Amino acid sequence: MALPNSEFKNDKNLIDRETVSKRIKMRLQMNEVFKYVFMAGLVFALVVLSTLIYDIVTKGAGWVDLDFLRNFPSRRAERAGLYPALIGTLWLMGLIIPIVFVLGVGAAIYLEEYAPKNRLTSFIEVNISNLAGVPSIVFGLLGLTLFVRAMALGNSVIAGALTLALMSLPIVIVAAQESLRSVKQELRHASLGLGASKWQTTFNVVLPSALPGIITGIILSVSRAIGETAPLIMVGAATFISTTPSGIFSDFTALPIQIYNWTGRPQAEFQNLAAAGIIVLMTVLIAMNSVAIYIRNKYSNRN
Amino acid sequence: MNEQKRELSIREMIQQNKQKKYSQTNVFDKVMPFLLFLSALVSVITTIGIAFTLGFELFKFFERVPVSEFLGKTEWYPMSADPRFGVWALVMGTLQITLIAMAVAIPFGLASAIYLSEYATERARRILKPILEVLAGVPTIVFGFFALSFVTPILKSLIPGLQIYNALSPGIVVGIMIIPMIASISEDAMSAVPRKIREGALGLGATRLEVAVKVVMPAALSGIIASIVLGMSRAIGETMIVTIAGGSQPNFEFNPLNAIQTMTAYIVQIAKGDAGYGTIEYYSIYAVGALLFVFTLLMNVFANWVTRRFREEY
Repeated sequence: MALPNSEFKNDKNLIDRETVSKRIKMRLQMNEVFKYVFMAGLVFALVVLSTLIYDIVTKGAGWVDLDFLRNFPSRRAERAGLYPALIGTLWLMGLIIPIVFVLGVGAAIYLEEYAPKNRLTSFIEVNISNLAGVPSIVFGLLGLTLFVRAMALGNSVIAGALTLALMSLPIVIVAAQESLRSVKQELRHASLGLGASKWQTTFNVVLPSALPGIITGIILSVSRAIGETAPLIMVGAATFISTTPSGIFSDFTALPIQIYNWTGRPQAEFQNLAAAGIIVLMTVLIAMNSVAIYIRNKYSNRN
Repeated sequence: MNEQKRELSIREMIQQNKQKKYSQTNVFDKVMPFLLFLSALVSVITTIGIAFTLGFELFKFFERVPVSEFLGKTEWYPMSADPRFGVWALVMGTLQITLIAMAVAIPFGLASAIYLSEYATERARRILKPILEVLAGVPTIVFGFFALSFVTPILKSLIPGLQIYNALSPGIVVGIMIIPMIASISEDAMSAVPRKIREGALGLGATRLEVAVKVVMPAALSGIIASIVLGMSRAIGETMIVTIAGGSQPNFEFNPLNAIQTMTAYIVQIAKGDAGYGTIEYYSIYAVGALLFVFTLLMNVFANWVTRRFREEY
């Protein structure tokens, strides 16, 4: 660097200080510019999210009140409510959670604690990860054929719940597996060393310690399922219904279906009703997610 | 003496308890693994169930409509007096949605991923990533409503020739829905690139931009490709946004300004209309569903393969 410039001026094979400093300046400028370009990508996503929320709140907030929650759907917008849809969604939730808990946790425990490392196990694992990518409407087709027609459950709550449960099962299994994997190996060894059997260790030591993570995973994936519309349309959830379910074999409707129904009507009031319905649906989902995050944070340092 | 006796009895007690307990735990230890195995099999049975139901009804469909028409023709008029079942009309609708969605999702998703992984401070990342995940948790019905009642009117004021139902608006919104997916999978892949490789490049005088584009992205390429392929498979299978905002006019022309119908939207239309069991329309949704299943399955398998095959090990 200390060499005099003149010596190298005409030698093209050597570095020209002027060119280099120009290039460095340009490279630094590009770096600075692209920092903001990348940031803009993220900001775009956040702006869209807030626009979406703003749009829905301005359209729907005025329509959400106690009557809206208590009334049945009506042809007259000002008297319409989503009571049966809300109850239907709660029914679905109450049915899906135990189903995915038993099947999802069972499968995860098998794969993490018991499964031998063989072809069948890796086939099951690959199968689960591929199932997670199957579109929800295909699960709807399965539900229509298997539960609604073959098992003759009709357009019932249980048919809808089973369909949504099968759909969320892969995600529950993966979340439960991760949670089980994070349980320290020492705990298992200590329990086995004290003379506990494999099942005693799994049930009394490993499972309790993995439970917060499992519950968080279940709530998150069930909140996903609750927001699904397409599979419920496939199993024939009614768009217009004047009763709430009286049992698991009753006809039902759910919040997304009700919202979809209102979205399809041309009048502006029904668009606002749809927005109001979305506010209710999103409130249910946010409540579920908050519980999940609370559980995760409360127990996250226990292991 | 007395003590000895008591000790013995305790020993016996333990022995007895052990036997009792063992017999009880023996049952659990034998039965539970089997029950757990059965619950793990449920997912396999689900896959078989999907393949079987789709295949079975597909077979019935092909008894009524020749395969050559389904896969070789471009007209889809299932309800007319002289019905046509050329699935390419629906595939074209899905293709338009997917292309538009990826044109939105890839640049914004990758930019978000690069920013989060290479530029953002740890604190900013901890705040921004969960917000991005909120976007991923928004139900598709909400995005559908947003597309129809917010994006379409704006686009209509910009593009006069735009129909109320079109491919552009739902395509853009599907893309927005996929941004978090591409961002989060790519960001995971890029964050997994070890720090020392970055520092090596920085030490040689590279700028952060050059490190991101020339060092980190190539190293994380398998994850990035996987995220894009998974995003595409999501776009192909997306149902509600395209049903609400895309219309129901299958046509084999590439014009995002016109109403379309995707494969998924067709399935919803027929299912909603309560097509009688046993009619051609009823079987046709399984044929379309089978094609959809094959498309998405191939893409998911490909994404998994890419991740495993080309993962850079450090």
